[in-house]
Amino acid sequence: MAEPLLRVERVCKAFGGLLAVENASLAVEVGRITALIGPNGAGKTTLFAIISGFLAPSEGRIFYRGADITGMPPHLLARRGIVRTFQIVQPFAGLTVHENIAIGAHLSRRSRAEALDAAADVARAVGLGDVLERPAGSLTVAARKRLELARALATDPELLLLDEVLGGLNPSEIAATVPIIRCLAGRGVTIVMIEHVMQAVISLAEEVFVLAEGRVIAQGTPQAVVGNPRVVEAYLGHGAAARLSALGAMHV
Amino acid sequence: MLSPVILVPAILNGLLTGAVYGLIALGLTLIYGVLHIINFAHGALLTAAMFAAFFAHRVLGLDPYVAAVMLTPLFFALGYCLQRLVIGPAAHGEDRNVLLVTLGLAVVIENLLLYAFGADTRTVNLDYAFKVVDLGIAFLAVPRVVGFGVVLAVALALWLVLSLTDTGKAIRAVAKEKLGAELSGIDVTHIYAITFALGTACLAIAACLLIPTYYVNPHIGNAFVLVAFTIVVLGGMGSVTGALIGGFVIGVVESLCGLYLGESLGQIGIFVIFILVLLLRPSGLLGERA
Amino acid sequence: MSGPSLPHIVLVVAVLATVPLLTVSPVVLNFLVVALLIALVGQGWNVLAGYGGQYSFGHAAFFGTGAYVSAILQMRYGLNAWIAFALGIAGGASVGAAIGALAFRCGLKGSYFALVTLAFAEVLRILASVAPITGAGVGILIALDLRPQAFQFQSRAPLYWIVLALVAIALLIVRLIERSRFGAWLVAVRENEDAARAVGVDTARVKIAAMTISAAITAAGGGFYAQYFLFIDSGIAYGPWISIEALLAPIVGGIGTVFGPLLGALAVKTLGEIAKLVTGGAPGLDLVIYGSVLILVVAFAPQGIAGLLTQLHSRLTRLRSSLPERARG
Repeated sequence: MAEPLLRVERVCKAFGGLLAVENASLAVEVGRITALIGPNGAGKTTLFAIISGFLAPSEGRIFYRGADITGMPPHLLARRGIVRTFQIVQPFAGLTVHENIAIGAHLSRRSRAEALDAAADVARAVGLGDVLERPAGSLTVAARKRLELARALATDPELLLLDEVLGGLNPSEIAATVPIIRCLAGRGVTIVMIEHVMQAVISLAEEVFVLAEGRVIAQGTPQAVVGNPRVVEAYLGHGAAARLSALGAMHV
Repeated sequence: MLSPVILVPAILNGLLTGAVYGLIALGLTLIYGVLHIINFAHGALLTAAMFAAFFAHRVLGLDPYVAAVMLTPLFFALGYCLQRLVIGPAAHGEDRNVLLVTLGLAVVIENLLLYAFGADTRTVNLDYAFKVVDLGIAFLAVPRVVGFGVVLAVALALWLVLSLTDTGKAIRAVAKEKLGAELSGIDVTHIYAITFALGTACLAIAACLLIPTYYVNPHIGNAFVLVAFTIVVLGGMGSVTGALIGGFVIGVVESLCGLYLGESLGQIGIFVIFILVLLLRPSGLLGERA
Repeated sequence: MSGPSLPHIVLVVAVLATVPLLTVSPVVLNFLVVALLIALVGQGWNVLAGYGGQYSFGHAAFFGTGAYVSAILQMRYGLNAWIAFALGIAGGASVGAAIGALAFRCGLKGSYFALVTLAFAEVLRILASVAPITGAGVGILIALDLRPQAFQFQSRAPLYWIVLALVAIALLIVRLIERSRFGAWLVAVRENEDAARAVGVDTARVKIAAMTISAAITAAGGGFYAQYFLFIDSGIAYGPWISIEALLAPIVGGIGTVFGPLLGALAVKTLGEIAKLVTGGAPGLDLVIYGSVLILVVAFAPQGIAGLLTQLHSRLTRLRSSLPERARG
């Protein structure tokens, strides 16, 4: 088997006395869509922050393309191709949509004109073409999520870490965004997505990791994971799996 | 050079001066802890309070300790109005704006004093200013001893207010979690103004304590406030205990430095400590994370 | 960002350049020289604060270094005045880089950053007030030598043109920044540092670079001050007055814009002159007015004069486009 693009090895993160992530290990194959799911507070965003360099792990290592990237700062990781979006969107509020995306485009382009052109292309690709000159602060939540995605895309990433990019979107907005993600994977971008929208996870992800209370408690295909009793218990509480199977609900 | 005869009085005097520094720092740290703003106008307000105490003596013949009774509520009201009517509204809630507004206030107040009263240095002459308390190993100036006692009393009073009164609890709630406090029905705008008012009231008291031993001119407040800033970053932004303890520490350090290094280098010394603490641990030794 | 175009800048500079040809009044020329000097110093502050979002309260540190290095090299080491001026700029830039490296690598921002810059400026002021090399309490007098080689002139006009040239260079530098990748990174840092990092911006490096450029421009103002007034001391070079004027001009004129500092400097200085006329020029009054203006601008017109002009322009455009066809003729 080929070396995975991203390898997270027994990463731990403690905040004072609280262990947010405990011995988390995962491997992401190149070109695949991998989902990271789990109940709220499971440590998913913390893990993303560690992978993208915003936090240093208390223990453990992270390997990208075989090289140890543990503790490298975000901007260097971005230059290596690892780009993340934020769960709570972080636009450059005072700048226009166009300028926002252009900042991303500038990662590999020096010229302002080139960056602006590339940004306009990305904007059109995600459906923001007609709000280019609007200030980012004036966009709807759905549009901001899309802006966040567009800005990350403009960097020509190799590994895209999407943190709840579908969060807060209504069904038609979700339906519009899913194909964009699929298309990205089709073009060779490796995607890891934290997601709560299960239908999207099932339809998009090829591999799923389940995080609960900081630990990876299951991994596998979406179908396998969703039927896993431990996963059900993590979401619905102790004993839920037994109750559900008693009701005959545990079939996929 | 290190004989107890020299050291002990220096340390004791440092503690006494440090107490008043601590009071000034207390106001600053209270304002930071609750409003999360660094009050750049603190020095100018102290200067204004010192001028007020000076004129209370000159014009009304009031002894500074008596004037304190009148000036404290006055400056409390002034602080309340400043926060409620000027700083709060002008800043529109943005941190960068608050910086500029408090800076603007500092400039206005200091230069109003300069314009109104000129740059001359004035002093208050009190007969007890030179009286000393004889402790055997040291002579301590009476105003400084009184100052020490008053600061401890004020600190105690403040602690009681914050722990036992409803307003005090509201202040602590807002300091900890503004949104939650708001949702619980606390009028945050009012609490902000009250806290700022407490800060300026501390300045009024400190001014009255300083007047017997220090001169007054439009720039005097800055010298003290620099020390107060250093104490606050050292003792911790938002930590009341830190402000007081830090006050004592800095008072002693300054006293000893003044003994061995002279005034200008002493001042630079304080700045250097200030810069180092800012760079290395801006939340201070006891304070909350910045 | 669509800032002013090159022709705009050239036009403004050209118009200003004609002033000494239209009047020989020393009052007018002196007023404008000082206003342009403040515009220069303010433009320096604008780079770091307006575009970079880092508010320094101690720009005197760079102004004073530019002034002192230039004066000391001339008076104590006999260096040519122009070379001394250039080295003054280099000196100020170095101080900027040093303070920036310390402050930003330690992650200081917001009020903490403002505080530390204030502290550095004060340390320099105290050092300058006691160190023999800066003349301690007495200051430095630059010897009168009214020759162009000595960066001094018989009349005011050449000095006016020099400071105008410096302002023009600063305008061009800022315009260049606005249209460059560095400028895009800089405003990204201003708007949201985490987001900037996530897309590859080395935020510490960008901030330090901005501070160095900012310090260089401000130091040029300091060096020029020394040549124009021929006397500096610690209070003039490193005093709070210049830190305040450095930030007031851009804020009043329009923070984060190319012309902001120039507009603001002219407005603030005009205000100062009017105040002096009305009240007789007592000390402290001009700063009272400046402080009040600062508060009022932040409260009511945070985008400054440039912002008000832009609003006016867009309102007029909307008005015109809403008129029916025949009324527009």
